[in-house]
Amino acid sequence: MKKHNVWLSVDFLLKAAILFAFIFPFLWMISTSLQTFQETLSVPPTLIPSSPQWINFVEAMTSGPFATYAKNSIIITLSIIIIQFLVMIPAAYAFAKYEFFGKNVLFALVLIAFMMPGQVTFIPIYLMMADWGLIKTLIPQILPFMSNAFGIFLLRQYFMQIPEEIIEAARLDNASEFKIMWKIMTPMAKPALATIALFSFVSHWNDYFWPLVMTDSNEVRPLTLGIAMLKQSEGISNWHIIMAGNVVLVIPILIVYLLCSKQIVKAFVYSGIK
Amino acid sequence: MKKKTFWETCRPYVMIGPAMIGIFLFVIYPMLYLVYLSFFKYNLLNSAMSRYVGFENYIQIFNRPDFYKSLTNTVIYTGGVVVLTMLISLFFAVWLKKQTRLNYIIQAGIFTPHIISIVSVSLVWLWLMEPNLGFLNFALEKLGLPTSQWLQSSKTALFSIIIVSVWHGIGYYVLILVAALQGISPNIYEAAELDNTSRFRVFRRITLPLISPQMFFILIIMTIGSFKVFDTVRIMTGGGPNNATNTLVYYIYGFRTTNIGYAAATGVVLMVIIGILTFIYFRLMSKKVHYQ
Repeated sequence: MKKHNVWLSVDFLLKAAILFAFIFPFLWMISTSLQTFQETLSVPPTLIPSSPQWINFVEAMTSGPFATYAKNSIIITLSIIIIQFLVMIPAAYAFAKYEFFGKNVLFALVLIAFMMPGQVTFIPIYLMMADWGLIKTLIPQILPFMSNAFGIFLLRQYFMQIPEEIIEAARLDNASEFKIMWKIMTPMAKPALATIALFSFVSHWNDYFWPLVMTDSNEVRPLTLGIAMLKQSEGISNWHIIMAGNVVLVIPILIVYLLCSKQIVKAFVYSGIK
Repeated sequence: MKKKTFWETCRPYVMIGPAMIGIFLFVIYPMLYLVYLSFFKYNLLNSAMSRYVGFENYIQIFNRPDFYKSLTNTVIYTGGVVVLTMLISLFFAVWLKKQTRLNYIIQAGIFTPHIISIVSVSLVWLWLMEPNLGFLNFALEKLGLPTSQWLQSSKTALFSIIIVSVWHGIGYYVLILVAALQGISPNIYEAAELDNTSRFRVFRRITLPLISPQMFFILIIMTIGSFKVFDTVRIMTGGGPNNATNTLVYYIYGFRTTNIGYAAATGVVLMVIIGILTFIYFRLMSKKVHYQ
Protein backbone atom coordinates (compact mmCIF):
# COMPACT_ATOMS: atom_id res chain seq x y z
CA MET A 1 0.00 0.00 0.00
CA LYS A 2 2.79 2.40 0.93
CA LYS A 3 4.72 1.59 -2.23
CA HIS A 4 1.62 2.32 -4.22
CA ASN A 5 1.42 5.82 -2.77
CA VAL A 6 5.04 6.57 -3.63
CA TRP A 7 4.42 5.56 -7.22
CA LEU A 8 1.34 7.72 -7.38
CA SER A 9 3.24 10.80 -6.25
CA VAL A 10 6.13 10.10 -8.64
CA ASP A 11 3.57 9.74 -11.40
CA PHE A 12 1.97 13.02 -10.36
CA LEU A 13 5.28 14.89 -10.26
CA LEU A 14 6.33 13.63 -13.68
CA LYS A 15 3.00 14.64 -15.15
CA ALA A 16 3.30 18.08 -13.59
CA ALA A 17 6.78 18.39 -15.10
CA ILE A 18 5.48 17.50 -18.56
CA LEU A 19 2.65 19.99 -18.25
CA PHE A 20 5.18 22.62 -17.19
CA ALA A 21 7.31 21.94 -20.28
CA PHE A 22 4.31 22.80 -22.46
CA ILE A 23 3.05 25.78 -20.49
CA PHE A 24 6.33 27.41 -19.50
CA PRO A 25 7.17 28.97 -22.90
CA PHE A 26 3.90 30.91 -22.72
CA LEU A 27 4.56 32.08 -19.17
CA TRP A 28 8.03 33.11 -20.28
CA MET A 29 6.52 35.04 -23.16
CA ILE A 30 4.15 36.92 -20.84
CA SER A 31 6.92 37.63 -18.33
CA THR A 32 9.24 38.99 -21.02
CA SER A 33 6.49 41.15 -22.46
CA LEU A 34 6.29 43.01 -19.14
CA GLN A 35 10.03 43.53 -18.58
CA THR A 36 12.23 46.52 -19.27
CA PHE A 37 14.91 46.24 -21.92
CA GLN A 38 17.52 46.09 -19.13
CA GLU A 39 15.74 43.19 -17.46
CA THR A 40 15.70 41.14 -20.67
CA LEU A 41 19.51 41.44 -20.81
CA SER A 42 20.17 40.36 -17.23
CA VAL A 43 21.97 37.15 -16.32
CA PRO A 44 20.45 35.18 -14.63
CA PRO A 45 17.25 35.91 -16.58
CA THR A 46 14.54 37.93 -14.88
CA LEU A 47 11.65 35.63 -14.04
CA ILE A 48 9.24 38.18 -12.63
CA PRO A 49 9.52 41.79 -13.80
CA SER A 50 10.00 44.29 -10.97
CA SER A 51 7.24 46.53 -12.24
CA PRO A 52 5.10 45.47 -15.21
CA GLN A 53 5.91 47.56 -18.31
CA TRP A 54 2.52 47.96 -19.97
CA ILE A 55 4.14 50.52 -22.21
CA ASN A 56 5.70 47.64 -24.17
CA PHE A 57 2.30 46.81 -25.57
CA VAL A 58 1.76 50.39 -26.63
CA GLU A 59 5.13 50.44 -28.32
CA ALA A 60 4.52 47.13 -30.10
CA MET A 61 1.08 48.19 -31.30
CA THR A 62 2.19 51.61 -32.54
CA SER A 63 5.21 50.32 -34.44
CA GLY A 64 2.99 49.49 -37.39
CA PRO A 65 -0.62 49.72 -38.60
CA PHE A 66 -1.85 47.11 -36.14
CA ALA A 67 -5.47 48.25 -36.27
CA THR A 68 -5.41 47.49 -39.99
CA TYR A 69 -3.77 44.12 -39.43
CA ALA A 70 -6.35 43.15 -36.82
CA LYS A 71 -9.23 44.34 -39.01
CA ASN A 72 -7.85 42.32 -41.94
CA SER A 73 -7.49 39.20 -39.81
CA ILE A 74 -11.09 39.47 -38.65
CA ILE A 75 -12.51 40.16 -42.12
CA ILE A 76 -10.50 37.38 -43.74
CA THR A 77 -11.33 34.74 -41.14
CA LEU A 78 -15.05 35.54 -40.95
CA SER A 79 -15.50 35.79 -44.72
CA ILE A 80 -13.77 32.45 -45.24
CA ILE A 81 -16.00 30.70 -42.70
CA ILE A 82 -19.23 32.19 -44.10
CA ILE A 83 -18.38 31.48 -47.74
CA GLN A 84 -17.19 27.99 -46.94
CA PHE A 85 -20.47 27.15 -45.23
CA LEU A 86 -22.59 28.44 -48.11
CA VAL A 87 -20.55 26.42 -50.61
CA MET A 88 -20.03 23.31 -48.51
CA ILE A 89 -23.51 22.44 -47.22
CA PRO A 90 -25.22 21.94 -50.60
CA ALA A 91 -22.19 20.13 -51.99
CA ALA A 92 -21.94 17.74 -49.05
CA TYR A 93 -25.70 17.13 -49.21
CA ALA A 94 -25.60 16.31 -52.91
CA PHE A 95 -22.62 13.98 -52.50
CA ALA A 96 -24.31 12.23 -49.59
CA LYS A 97 -27.89 11.86 -50.78
CA TYR A 98 -28.08 12.01 -54.60
CA GLU A 99 -26.91 9.67 -57.32
CA PHE A 100 -25.61 11.38 -60.43
CA PHE A 101 -23.35 10.77 -63.39
CA GLY A 102 -19.68 11.44 -62.64
CA LYS A 103 -20.17 11.53 -58.87
CA ASN A 104 -17.15 9.37 -58.05
CA VAL A 105 -14.80 11.27 -60.32
CA LEU A 106 -15.94 14.59 -58.91
CA PHE A 107 -15.57 13.33 -55.37
CA ALA A 108 -12.06 12.14 -56.18
CA LEU A 109 -11.29 15.75 -57.13
CA VAL A 110 -12.49 16.84 -53.69
CA LEU A 111 -10.06 14.38 -52.14
CA ILE A 112 -7.21 15.68 -54.29
CA ALA A 113 -8.07 19.20 -53.15
CA PHE A 114 -8.03 17.91 -49.57
CA MET A 115 -4.47 16.65 -49.92
CA MET A 116 -2.83 19.25 -52.18
CA PRO A 117 -1.36 22.02 -50.02
CA GLY A 118 -1.11 25.70 -50.84
CA GLN A 119 2.66 25.32 -50.81
CA VAL A 120 2.32 23.61 -54.19
CA THR A 121 -0.22 25.93 -55.79
CA PHE A 122 0.77 29.36 -54.49
CA ILE A 123 2.83 30.49 -57.50
CA PRO A 124 0.12 29.91 -60.13
CA ILE A 125 -2.55 31.36 -57.84
CA TYR A 126 -0.45 34.46 -57.21
CA LEU A 127 -0.01 34.95 -60.96
CA MET A 128 -3.76 34.49 -61.52
CA MET A 129 -4.60 37.02 -58.82
CA ALA A 130 -2.04 39.46 -60.23
CA ASP A 131 -3.58 39.02 -63.71
CA TRP A 132 -7.00 39.82 -62.31
CA GLY A 133 -5.55 42.88 -60.55
CA LEU A 134 -6.58 41.67 -57.08
CA ILE A 135 -3.26 41.70 -55.22
CA LYS A 136 -4.07 44.97 -53.46
CA THR A 137 -7.33 43.53 -52.07
CA LEU A 138 -8.13 40.88 -49.47
CA ILE A 139 -9.62 38.55 -52.09
CA PRO A 140 -6.45 36.47 -52.68
CA GLN A 141 -6.55 35.57 -49.00
CA ILE A 142 -10.25 34.63 -49.02
CA LEU A 143 -11.41 33.24 -52.37
CA PRO A 144 -8.88 30.37 -52.75
CA PHE A 145 -10.39 28.85 -49.59
CA MET A 146 -14.02 28.96 -50.77
CA SER A 147 -14.17 25.16 -51.14
CA ASN A 148 -13.24 23.51 -47.89
CA ALA A 149 -12.50 19.96 -49.08
CA PHE A 150 -12.00 18.67 -45.56
CA GLY A 151 -15.37 20.16 -44.58
CA ILE A 152 -17.19 18.66 -47.56
CA PHE A 153 -15.67 15.30 -46.71
CA LEU A 154 -16.58 15.43 -43.02
CA LEU A 155 -20.06 16.82 -43.56
CA ARG A 156 -20.83 14.25 -46.27
CA GLN A 157 -19.95 11.46 -43.81
CA TYR A 158 -22.27 13.06 -41.31
CA PHE A 159 -25.16 13.49 -43.75
CA MET A 160 -24.80 9.88 -44.87
CA GLN A 161 -25.41 8.70 -41.33
CA ILE A 162 -28.73 10.52 -41.12
CA PRO A 163 -31.41 7.90 -41.91
CA GLU A 164 -33.18 8.10 -45.25
CA GLU A 165 -36.56 7.78 -43.47
CA ILE A 166 -36.32 11.28 -42.09
CA ILE A 167 -35.89 12.72 -45.57
CA GLU A 168 -38.67 10.54 -46.98
CA ALA A 169 -41.03 11.66 -44.23
CA ALA A 170 -40.26 15.28 -44.97
CA ARG A 171 -40.82 14.71 -48.69
CA LEU A 172 -44.23 13.20 -47.96
CA ASP A 173 -45.01 16.39 -46.08
CA ASN A 174 -44.26 18.23 -49.31
CA ALA A 175 -41.16 19.91 -47.97
CA SER A 176 -38.94 21.19 -50.76
CA GLU A 177 -35.46 19.70 -51.13
CA PHE A 178 -34.02 23.08 -50.24
CA LYS A 179 -36.02 23.15 -47.05
CA ILE A 180 -34.98 19.59 -46.17
CA MET A 181 -31.36 20.47 -46.59
CA TRP A 182 -31.51 23.79 -44.80
CA LYS A 183 -34.09 23.21 -42.06
CA ILE A 184 -33.70 19.49 -41.28
CA MET A 185 -30.29 18.19 -42.29
CA THR A 186 -28.17 21.22 -41.43
CA PRO A 187 -29.38 21.56 -37.82
CA MET A 188 -28.82 17.82 -37.33
CA ALA A 189 -25.22 18.21 -38.47
CA LYS A 190 -24.42 20.85 -35.85
CA PRO A 191 -21.53 18.95 -34.21
CA ALA A 192 -19.80 18.47 -37.56
CA LEU A 193 -20.42 22.10 -38.51
CA ALA A 194 -18.99 23.30 -35.20
CA THR A 195 -15.89 21.19 -35.75
CA ILE A 196 -15.41 22.57 -39.24
CA ALA A 197 -15.93 26.19 -38.16
CA LEU A 198 -13.47 25.80 -35.32
CA PHE A 199 -10.88 24.24 -37.58
CA SER A 200 -11.30 26.96 -40.15
CA PHE A 201 -11.07 29.66 -37.54
CA VAL A 202 -7.91 28.33 -35.93
CA SER A 203 -6.12 27.57 -39.18
CA HIS A 204 -6.93 30.84 -40.96
CA TRP A 205 -6.50 33.12 -37.95
CA ASN A 206 -3.08 31.55 -37.40
CA ASP A 207 -2.06 31.28 -41.02
CA TYR A 208 1.31 32.71 -41.96
CA PHE A 209 2.37 31.17 -45.26
CA TRP A 210 -0.57 32.17 -47.44
CA PRO A 211 -0.77 35.86 -46.49
CA LEU A 212 3.01 36.05 -46.78
CA VAL A 213 3.03 34.92 -50.40
CA MET A 214 -0.17 36.73 -51.43
CA THR A 215 0.49 40.23 -50.10
CA ASP A 216 2.98 42.94 -50.86
CA SER A 217 1.59 45.87 -48.91
CA ASN A 218 0.66 46.54 -45.28
CA GLU A 219 -2.92 47.54 -46.13
CA VAL A 220 -3.88 43.92 -46.77
CA ARG A 221 -1.67 42.08 -44.28
CA PRO A 222 -3.14 40.19 -41.31
CA LEU A 223 -2.02 40.14 -37.68
CA THR A 224 0.32 37.15 -37.98
CA LEU A 225 2.43 38.95 -40.57
CA GLY A 226 2.43 42.15 -38.54
CA ILE A 227 3.72 40.34 -35.46
CA ALA A 228 6.33 38.42 -37.43
CA MET A 229 7.51 41.73 -38.91
CA LEU A 230 8.17 43.14 -35.41
CA LYS A 231 11.38 41.16 -35.57
CA GLN A 232 12.61 43.40 -38.36
CA SER A 233 11.00 46.69 -37.38
CA GLU A 234 12.00 46.51 -33.70
CA GLY A 235 15.38 44.87 -34.18
CA ILE A 236 16.13 41.35 -33.10
CA SER A 237 17.31 42.26 -29.59
CA ASN A 238 14.12 44.02 -28.49
CA TRP A 239 12.61 40.85 -27.10
CA HIS A 240 10.29 42.64 -24.66
CA ILE A 241 8.52 44.41 -27.55
CA ILE A 242 8.41 41.32 -29.76
CA MET A 243 6.93 39.27 -26.92
CA ALA A 244 4.37 41.99 -26.17
CA GLY A 245 3.16 41.79 -29.77
CA ASN A 246 3.15 38.04 -29.47
CA VAL A 247 0.94 38.16 -26.38
CA VAL A 248 -1.60 40.21 -28.35
CA LEU A 249 -1.68 37.52 -31.04
CA VAL A 250 -1.92 34.58 -28.63
CA ILE A 251 -4.31 35.83 -25.95
CA PRO A 252 -7.56 35.76 -28.00
CA ILE A 253 -6.98 32.14 -29.01
CA LEU A 254 -5.88 31.16 -25.50
CA ILE A 255 -9.03 32.67 -23.99
CA VAL A 256 -11.22 30.80 -26.48
CA TYR A 257 -9.30 27.63 -25.66
CA LEU A 258 -9.63 28.05 -21.90
CA LEU A 259 -13.37 28.67 -22.21
CA CYS A 260 -14.15 25.72 -24.43
CA SER A 261 -11.17 23.40 -24.32
CA LYS A 262 -13.49 20.39 -24.03
CA GLN A 263 -15.25 21.11 -27.32
CA ILE A 264 -12.02 22.02 -29.07
CA VAL A 265 -10.28 18.87 -27.93
CA LYS A 266 -13.31 16.81 -28.99
CA ALA A 267 -13.41 18.49 -32.38
CA PHE A 268 -9.78 17.73 -33.08
CA VAL A 269 -10.12 14.10 -32.00
CA TYR A 270 -13.22 13.74 -34.13
CA SER A 271 -11.44 15.09 -37.20
CA GLY A 272 -8.65 12.59 -36.75
CA ILE A 273 -10.74 9.49 -36.38
CA LYS A 274 -13.00 10.06 -39.34
CA MET B 1 -39.12 3.92 -61.08
CA LYS B 2 -40.38 7.27 -62.24
CA LYS B 3 -38.38 9.20 -64.74
CA LYS B 4 -36.35 12.06 -63.37
CA THR B 5 -37.39 15.52 -64.46
CA PHE B 6 -34.87 17.80 -66.09
CA TRP B 7 -34.45 19.79 -62.89
CA GLU B 8 -33.93 16.65 -60.82
CA THR B 9 -31.11 15.61 -63.15
CA CYS B 10 -29.47 19.01 -62.95
CA ARG B 11 -29.97 19.65 -59.27
CA PRO B 12 -26.96 17.73 -57.91
CA TYR B 13 -24.66 19.54 -60.32
CA VAL B 14 -26.05 22.92 -59.30
CA MET B 15 -25.54 22.03 -55.64
CA ILE B 16 -21.94 20.91 -56.01
CA GLY B 17 -21.30 23.60 -58.62
CA PRO B 18 -19.80 26.35 -56.45
CA ALA B 19 -17.60 23.86 -54.58
CA MET B 20 -16.36 22.31 -57.81
CA ILE B 21 -15.67 25.72 -59.35
CA GLY B 22 -13.55 26.56 -56.31
CA ILE B 23 -11.67 23.28 -56.55
CA PHE B 24 -11.08 23.63 -60.28
CA LEU B 25 -10.03 27.24 -60.07
CA PHE B 26 -7.78 26.99 -57.01
CA VAL B 27 -6.50 23.42 -56.98
CA ILE B 28 -6.78 21.58 -60.30
CA TYR B 29 -6.09 24.47 -62.67
CA PRO B 30 -3.13 25.77 -60.60
CA MET B 31 -1.63 22.27 -60.57
CA LEU B 32 -1.75 22.13 -64.38
CA TYR B 33 -0.59 25.73 -64.66
CA LEU B 34 2.35 24.91 -62.37
CA VAL B 35 3.45 22.11 -64.71
CA TYR B 36 3.05 24.47 -67.68
CA LEU B 37 5.12 27.19 -66.00
CA SER B 38 7.88 24.72 -65.23
CA PHE B 39 8.70 24.50 -68.96
CA PHE B 40 9.26 28.24 -69.29
CA LYS B 41 11.73 30.91 -68.48
CA TYR B 42 9.05 33.17 -67.12
CA ASN B 43 9.22 36.94 -67.26
CA LEU B 44 7.30 38.40 -64.34
CA LEU B 45 7.21 41.96 -65.68
CA ASN B 46 6.12 41.05 -69.16
CA SER B 47 4.70 37.56 -69.50
CA ALA B 48 4.74 37.89 -73.31
CA MET B 49 8.53 37.83 -73.06
CA SER B 50 8.47 34.37 -71.46
CA ARG B 51 10.36 31.74 -73.35
CA TYR B 52 9.72 27.98 -73.70
CA VAL B 53 12.79 26.10 -72.49
CA GLY B 54 11.64 22.46 -72.44
CA PHE B 55 13.13 20.45 -69.63
CA GLU B 56 15.90 22.94 -68.90
CA ASN B 57 14.51 23.87 -65.48
CA TYR B 58 14.35 20.22 -64.47
CA ILE B 59 17.87 19.55 -65.71
CA GLN B 60 18.99 22.54 -63.69
CA ILE B 61 17.24 21.25 -60.55
CA PHE B 62 18.97 17.92 -60.60
CA ASN B 63 22.35 19.49 -61.18
CA ARG B 64 22.21 22.01 -58.39
CA PRO B 65 23.78 21.10 -55.05
CA ASP B 66 21.57 23.61 -53.21
CA PHE B 67 18.47 21.73 -54.37
CA TYR B 68 19.87 18.47 -53.02
CA LYS B 69 20.79 20.25 -49.81
CA SER B 70 17.23 21.48 -49.32
CA LEU B 71 15.78 18.08 -50.24
CA THR B 72 18.11 16.30 -47.82
CA ASN B 73 17.25 18.80 -45.09
CA THR B 74 13.55 18.22 -45.69
CA VAL B 75 13.97 14.46 -45.54
CA ILE B 76 16.04 14.62 -42.35
CA TYR B 77 13.54 17.05 -40.82
CA THR B 78 10.61 14.80 -41.78
CA GLY B 79 12.32 11.69 -40.46
CA GLY B 80 13.21 13.41 -37.20
CA VAL B 81 9.77 14.87 -36.61
CA VAL B 82 7.92 11.68 -37.53
CA VAL B 83 10.05 9.31 -35.44
CA LEU B 84 10.20 11.57 -32.37
CA THR B 85 6.51 12.43 -32.51
CA MET B 86 5.45 8.80 -32.95
CA LEU B 87 7.57 7.55 -30.05
CA ILE B 88 6.78 10.35 -27.64
CA SER B 89 3.07 10.56 -28.42
CA LEU B 90 2.68 6.80 -28.08
CA PHE B 91 4.45 6.93 -24.74
CA PHE B 92 2.31 9.84 -23.52
CA ALA B 93 -0.87 8.25 -24.78
CA VAL B 94 -0.27 4.98 -22.96
CA TRP B 95 0.66 6.93 -19.86
CA LEU B 96 -2.35 9.28 -19.98
CA LYS B 97 -5.03 6.97 -21.30
CA LYS B 98 -6.92 6.48 -18.02
CA GLN B 99 -9.81 8.89 -17.87
CA THR B 100 -8.94 10.89 -14.78
CA ARG B 101 -9.28 14.60 -14.27
CA LEU B 102 -5.51 15.05 -13.96
CA ASN B 103 -4.84 13.18 -17.21
CA TYR B 104 -7.39 15.29 -19.00
CA ILE B 105 -5.72 18.50 -17.80
CA ILE B 106 -2.30 17.23 -18.92
CA GLN B 107 -3.67 16.32 -22.33
CA ALA B 108 -5.31 19.71 -22.75
CA GLY B 109 -2.05 21.35 -21.67
CA ILE B 110 0.08 19.40 -24.12
CA PHE B 111 -2.41 20.25 -26.83
CA THR B 112 -2.31 24.02 -26.20
CA PRO B 113 0.63 24.81 -28.55
CA HIS B 114 -1.18 23.13 -31.41
CA ILE B 115 -3.86 25.82 -31.63
CA ILE B 116 -1.39 28.70 -31.26
CA SER B 117 -0.07 30.34 -34.41
CA ILE B 118 3.26 28.97 -35.56
CA VAL B 119 4.37 32.61 -35.69
CA SER B 120 4.04 32.93 -31.91
CA VAL B 121 5.52 29.52 -31.27
CA SER B 122 8.53 30.30 -33.45
CA LEU B 123 9.12 33.70 -31.86
CA VAL B 124 8.89 32.33 -28.32
CA TRP B 125 11.32 29.52 -29.07
CA LEU B 126 13.64 31.87 -30.90
CA TRP B 127 13.87 33.81 -27.65
CA LEU B 128 14.14 30.70 -25.45
CA MET B 129 16.93 29.36 -27.67
CA GLU B 130 18.87 32.62 -27.78
CA PRO B 131 22.43 31.40 -27.02
CA ASN B 132 23.53 34.19 -24.64
CA LEU B 133 20.38 35.50 -22.96
CA GLY B 134 17.90 32.74 -23.65
CA PHE B 135 16.31 30.76 -20.88
CA LEU B 136 17.16 27.34 -22.29
CA ASN B 137 20.93 27.73 -22.04
CA PHE B 138 20.57 29.28 -18.61
CA ALA B 139 18.58 26.27 -17.40
CA LEU B 140 21.05 23.80 -18.94
CA GLU B 141 23.95 25.58 -17.28
CA LYS B 142 22.18 25.53 -13.90
CA LEU B 143 21.67 21.78 -14.28
CA GLY B 144 25.35 21.33 -15.12
CA LEU B 145 24.60 20.28 -18.69
CA PRO B 146 26.40 21.52 -21.80
CA THR B 147 24.78 24.51 -23.50
CA SER B 148 24.15 24.81 -27.22
CA GLN B 149 24.20 27.42 -29.97
CA TRP B 150 20.77 26.07 -31.01
CA LEU B 151 19.55 27.87 -34.12
CA GLN B 152 22.76 29.80 -34.64
CA SER B 153 25.05 26.91 -35.48
CA SER B 154 24.70 24.93 -38.67
CA LYS B 155 25.29 21.76 -36.65
CA THR B 156 22.30 22.14 -34.35
CA ALA B 157 19.90 24.43 -36.23
CA LEU B 158 17.90 21.75 -38.05
CA PHE B 159 17.60 19.68 -34.91
CA SER B 160 16.40 22.75 -32.98
CA ILE B 161 13.65 23.26 -35.54
CA ILE B 162 12.69 19.60 -35.21
CA ILE B 163 12.35 20.05 -31.43
CA VAL B 164 10.06 23.06 -31.89
CA SER B 165 7.90 21.24 -34.45
CA VAL B 166 7.52 18.17 -32.25
CA TRP B 167 6.61 20.37 -29.29
CA HIS B 168 4.08 22.26 -31.40
CA GLY B 169 2.32 19.26 -32.92
CA ILE B 170 2.52 16.44 -30.43
CA GLY B 171 -0.62 17.26 -28.45
CA TYR B 172 -2.85 16.51 -31.43
CA TYR B 173 -1.34 13.07 -31.93
CA VAL B 174 -1.56 12.27 -28.23
CA LEU B 175 -5.29 13.07 -28.36
CA ILE B 176 -5.86 10.78 -31.33
CA LEU B 177 -3.90 7.93 -29.80
CA VAL B 178 -5.61 8.30 -26.40
CA ALA B 179 -8.97 8.10 -28.17
CA ALA B 180 -7.76 5.01 -30.03
CA LEU B 181 -6.55 3.34 -26.85
CA GLN B 182 -9.80 4.11 -25.05
CA GLY B 183 -11.64 2.51 -27.93
CA ILE B 184 -10.08 -0.90 -27.27
CA SER B 185 -12.51 -3.14 -25.44
CA PRO B 186 -11.39 -3.92 -21.86
CA ASN B 187 -12.46 -7.55 -22.36
CA ILE B 188 -9.45 -8.13 -24.56
CA TYR B 189 -7.11 -7.01 -21.80
CA GLU B 190 -8.93 -9.09 -19.22
CA ALA B 191 -8.49 -12.17 -21.36
CA ALA B 192 -4.79 -11.47 -21.68
CA GLU B 193 -4.54 -10.97 -17.93
CA LEU B 194 -6.12 -14.38 -17.30
CA ASP B 195 -3.46 -15.90 -19.51
CA ASN B 196 -0.79 -14.19 -17.42
CA THR B 197 0.70 -12.50 -20.42
CA SER B 198 3.49 -10.01 -19.67
CA ARG B 199 2.66 -6.33 -20.01
CA PHE B 200 5.17 -5.75 -22.76
CA ARG B 201 3.78 -8.67 -24.74
CA VAL B 202 0.24 -7.38 -24.31
CA PHE B 203 1.36 -4.02 -25.62
CA ARG B 204 3.19 -5.47 -28.60
CA ARG B 205 0.71 -8.16 -29.54
CA ILE B 206 -2.61 -6.56 -28.65
CA THR B 207 -2.41 -2.81 -28.20
CA LEU B 208 -0.15 -1.94 -31.12
CA PRO B 209 -2.02 -3.96 -33.77
CA LEU B 210 -5.35 -2.57 -32.57
CA ILE B 211 -4.27 1.05 -32.87
CA SER B 212 -2.30 0.55 -36.08
CA PRO B 213 -4.92 2.31 -38.26
CA GLN B 214 -4.55 5.47 -36.18
CA MET B 215 -0.76 5.12 -36.12
CA PHE B 216 -0.85 4.91 -39.87
CA PHE B 217 -3.11 7.94 -40.18
CA ILE B 218 -0.67 9.89 -38.02
CA LEU B 219 2.32 8.68 -40.01
CA ILE B 220 0.98 9.88 -43.35
CA ILE B 221 -0.55 13.13 -42.12
CA MET B 222 2.69 13.98 -40.39
CA THR B 223 4.89 13.04 -43.34
CA ILE B 224 2.88 15.20 -45.73
CA GLY B 225 2.74 18.01 -43.18
CA SER B 226 6.49 17.85 -42.57
CA PHE B 227 7.36 17.91 -46.25
CA LYS B 228 5.82 21.35 -46.55
CA VAL B 229 7.62 22.83 -43.55
CA PHE B 230 8.18 26.53 -44.05
CA ASP B 231 6.92 28.86 -41.31
CA THR B 232 9.36 27.86 -38.57
CA VAL B 233 12.27 28.05 -41.00
CA ARG B 234 11.29 31.42 -42.35
CA ILE B 235 10.82 32.98 -38.90
CA MET B 236 13.56 31.31 -36.89
CA THR B 237 16.51 30.85 -39.24
CA GLY B 238 15.73 32.18 -42.71
CA GLY B 239 17.15 28.93 -44.08
CA GLY B 240 20.50 29.52 -42.39
CA PRO B 241 23.05 29.32 -41.01
CA ASN B 242 24.78 28.35 -44.22
CA ASN B 243 21.68 26.71 -45.73
CA ALA B 244 21.59 24.24 -42.84
CA THR B 245 17.82 24.64 -42.51
CA ASN B 246 16.87 25.41 -46.11
CA THR B 247 13.91 23.19 -46.88
CA LEU B 248 12.04 22.42 -50.09
CA VAL B 249 9.25 24.95 -49.68
CA TYR B 250 11.62 27.61 -48.42
CA TYR B 251 13.76 26.93 -51.47
CA ILE B 252 10.76 27.36 -53.79
CA TYR B 253 9.80 30.52 -51.92
CA GLY B 254 13.27 31.92 -52.51
CA PHE B 255 12.85 31.69 -56.28
CA ARG B 256 9.20 32.75 -56.46
CA THR B 257 9.95 36.19 -57.89
CA THR B 258 13.45 35.85 -59.31
CA ASN B 259 12.99 32.69 -61.38
CA ILE B 260 9.37 31.57 -61.61
CA GLY B 261 9.98 28.77 -64.09
CA TYR B 262 12.60 27.20 -61.87
CA ALA B 263 10.45 27.65 -58.74
CA ALA B 264 7.53 26.02 -60.60
CA ALA B 265 9.66 23.03 -61.60
CA THR B 266 10.71 22.58 -57.97
CA GLY B 267 7.04 22.92 -57.04
CA VAL B 268 6.25 20.08 -59.43
CA VAL B 269 8.81 17.92 -57.63
CA LEU B 270 7.07 18.69 -54.33
CA MET B 271 3.69 17.98 -55.93
CA VAL B 272 4.89 14.56 -57.12
CA ILE B 273 6.24 13.69 -53.66
CA ILE B 274 2.96 14.68 -52.01
CA GLY B 275 1.01 12.89 -54.74
CA ILE B 276 2.87 9.63 -54.08
CA LEU B 277 2.32 9.91 -50.31
CA THR B 278 -1.37 10.64 -50.88
CA PHE B 279 -1.71 7.67 -53.19
CA ILE B 280 -0.17 5.33 -50.60
CA TYR B 281 -2.48 6.85 -48.00
CA PHE B 282 -5.69 6.23 -49.93
CA ARG B 283 -4.61 2.75 -51.02
CA LEU B 284 -4.03 1.66 -47.45
CA MET B 285 -7.14 3.47 -46.19
CA SER B 286 -9.33 1.51 -48.59
CA LYS B 287 -7.62 -1.71 -47.46
CA LYS B 288 -8.35 -0.86 -43.86
CA VAL B 289 -12.04 -0.39 -44.61
CA HIS B 290 -11.94 -3.71 -46.42
CA TYR B 291 -10.78 -5.68 -43.43
CA GLN B 292 -13.40 -4.33 -41.07
